Amino acid sequence: MLDALTTLIFFQILGEATVYLLSIPVPGPVAGMLLLLLFLSKRGGADEKLAYSCKRLLRHMTLLFIPSAVGITLHLQRLRAEWFPLLAALVVSTVASILITAAVVHWLRHDK
Amino acid sequence: MTNKLLSHLAGMPLTWLLATLLVYRASSAVYQRAGMHPLLHPVALSTAVLGTAVWIAGVPYHVYFEGARFIHLLLGPVTVALALPLYEQLKQVRQNWRSVFFGTLAGSLASVLTAMPLASLLGASRESVLSMAAKSVTMPIAIALTEELGGSASLTSALVMLTGILGSAIAMAVLRRTGMTDPAACGLAIGVAAHGIGTSKALQLGSEMGAFAGLGMSVAGVFTAILVPALLKMGGWP
Repeated sequence: MLDALTTLIFFQILGEATVYLLSIPVPGPVAGMLLLLLFLSKRGGADEKLAYSCKRLLRHMTLLFIPSAVGITLHLQRLRAEWFPLLAALVVSTVASILITAAVVHWLRHDK
Repeated sequence: MTNKLLSHLAGMPLTWLLATLLVYRASSAVYQRAGMHPLLHPVALSTAVLGTAVWIAGVPYHVYFEGARFIHLLLGPVTVALALPLYEQLKQVRQNWRSVFFGTLAGSLASVLTAMPLASLLGASRESVLSMAAKSVTMPIAIALTEELGGSASLTSALVMLTGILGSAIAMAVLRRTGMTDPAACGLAIGVAAHGIGTSKALQLGSEMGAFAGLGMSVAGVFTAILVPALLKMGGWP
């Protein structure tokens, strides 16, 4: 577990350094994930220890969202004031992304 | 005496770290028992319980977060760890790469380009609009993206949860109306629009649909995280 965590933190820092040096506006952790993906495809996969530890870590991923989510208590007033624009935008964009994703996939798979 | 002890403990960050762990455990158990109903998702349930506890204890959020940030800190490494499932998913769908690539790209753009302008047009504040960008994306990427954009990670968490619950509830009804029911189109659409919550719904409907949903979720996360900051910069937003 410790080795895997070290690898992951290493790639995150590598990602943070890359976006900083190239001044590209991508979140550091996402850059780190893409670098690890690149590394995995060069090496033809992860070794067993890393794969096992990552699987265990990802299983409890939802735990890690809770500290931010509890902060919603700071925004109750904002939600009371802005619930309509937020909800309307959320509903419309959810329907739009469902329809457009499916339509493009459907089109590419059926009319070649 | 008990009151004094309780308020002493409530002021200690470690107490809130323990509370977060315990409430998460209990919420996950409830969620499993309830047949994984989206409204009882552990994040929603834990947030309601912990938010109420913090409020009753009269503790400011920053005291809670001082303890809970040890958990929050692991979000980055876990985002990096998403490379492993993504690598496996990408290996499986080599022959479908065109529909996966373009479908996910179009769906992610549709999500962002409707959500942000519409929220802004209807009068949402700037911070809310920035927090809206990542609402369809898997939570770890959403939080990283919102922090990058200068929105509120807490607001994004709530919007991501709502989107997941809504998207997984309506996706199949919407798709059936259009007659597009092949597992690739449906799976990708649910994954792109409703991230992990949609993916677990798709898995209940079939393993092929679930696999496509998982793929759609990961690829949409990457596209959104790369494209939104660039689009906003081009639009002269920040």
